[in-house]
Amino acid sequence: MGRDRARTRVPGIALAGAVIAVLCFAIPLAGLVWRAPWSSAWDAVRDHEAVQALRLSLVTSILATAVAVLLGVPLAWVQARVEYRGRTVVRALTTLPMVLPPVVGGVALSLALGRRGLVGQYLDDAGVHLPFHVPGAVAAEAFVAMPFLVLTLEAAFRATDRSLEEAARTLGASPMSVFRRVTLPLARPSLIAGVVLCWARALGEFGATITFAGNFPGRTQTLPLFVYVTREGANPDAAIVLSLLLVVVSFAVLLSLRDRWLSVR
Amino acid sequence: MRRTVSIIASVCVIAGASACGSGNKKDAQAINVFAAASLTEAFNASRSLLAAGHPPLAPAYNFAGSSALAQQITQGAPADVFASADEKNMQVLVDAKLVEIPTVFARNKLQIAVAPGNPKKIESLADLERNGVVLVVADKNVPAGRYALQAFSKAGLPPPRPRSLELDVKAALAKVVSGDADAAIVYVTDVKAAGARVQGVDIPDTQNVIATYPIAVVKATKHRAAAQAFVDDMVSGAGQTVLRSRGFLGPG
Repeated sequence: MGRDRARTRVPGIALAGAVIAVLCFAIPLAGLVWRAPWSSAWDAVRDHEAVQALRLSLVTSILATAVAVLLGVPLAWVQARVEYRGRTVVRALTTLPMVLPPVVGGVALSLALGRRGLVGQYLDDAGVHLPFHVPGAVAAEAFVAMPFLVLTLEAAFRATDRSLEEAARTLGASPMSVFRRVTLPLARPSLIAGVVLCWARALGEFGATITFAGNFPGRTQTLPLFVYVTREGANPDAAIVLSLLLVVVSFAVLLSLRDRWLSVR
Repeated sequence: MRRTVSIIASVCVIAGASACGSGNKKDAQAINVFAAASLTEAFNASRSLLAAGHPPLAPAYNFAGSSALAQQITQGAPADVFASADEKNMQVLVDAKLVEIPTVFARNKLQIAVAPGNPKKIESLADLERNGVVLVVADKNVPAGRYALQAFSKAGLPPPRPRSLELDVKAALAKVVSGDADAAIVYVTDVKAAGARVQGVDIPDTQNVIATYPIAVVKATKHRAAAQAFVDDMVSGAGQTVLRSRGFLGPG
């Protein structure tokens, strides 16, 4: 294996493979663009239920991201800075939703937080209802999306120059103020990247939401659920237009991150 | 690097071997049957009868809401047979000239599924409109969801206020099994299939909706004879016995 010098000569086989790979990603999107009802796009999206789903998706994905920040930032910091037995296990556990089929996540949430669930039965007595209610959709999205924030931020906390924090400590700053005024600002690019990725994942959540929270317009029928339900029903045009919208938003998110997500290591 | 290659190679070998394994039942003709979710138990139960039939059949089932299945077939999914829980979704494919002439092979009725012991004391459709009763139904695109709405209107009741519109009738039933919902409107056969996990509350015939199940060979099939044999079996053969034992009504 030779090291690359100035310009890499691209072997034909690598180029062919890469081009085919790019096509594998591009062609499905081309299908959406090809079938999109451009002339009636606006009317399709103005549909009452479509607007409702869009609004609900914005609300739930932002709330889910807020939950992820609230809990994920401390988790990422602990994982990066505290040496303890079982840290690898905790990392695997908190990363699990990234690789788990979302439906499985939904079933698990249902057994844990549903009305007869392990914890859910007490929540229900306390008047907290998750399935079929907005908080259920938020919970499902947060469960699936939080690992994106935690992993991104943990890598950044690890890469931080510790001597700056130590300098602040010796100058008399409290641990909390070191975190707030040194650690967090240094990790800012990654925090932003993590938040944006987490939000995009929450916005796209389908499997856990439908399994755990159900499907009701205005309460748990988020944009992806709306796309799924209407594609076979009353308003297939809206399904295509809103699919495209989700594609554009996700694409914009990744473009805005450029290589930031991958380069933090 | 070599290790990676050997792992990939062994994965391929295992995959190849299992592919051979399924190919070994060469006597039975494999066909793809796209069937309404409510047919799950009955069709699965008829597997052994079909394997022993003439010709022997080895159906692979794709169960989902009828509308999702019709959509998949419209988009070219490799179905050999389509069995719908309503005539509407079948008609979509008839109009698109994608299926042969369908035949009704079964009928079904609605029932209210509640938790065992009926803790919320639900006796009728009207009880489902009480405050504090968590009701789920199938989405109105799915036959079971549309029939449920019809039942309420036949009973002279206002439209129900379900908490969730599930993607197929089995998903609606699952919410009652899990305890997240107090009641769901499903088919008699779904309640029967769920055994002791739910209890059925009858809906009187004057309010009930009879679901008719048509079945048809998909025109694009490459296994026409086998697909037709499956259809015949369900319409008038051994399949009928299994369907009746699972609570379906005859084609009428």
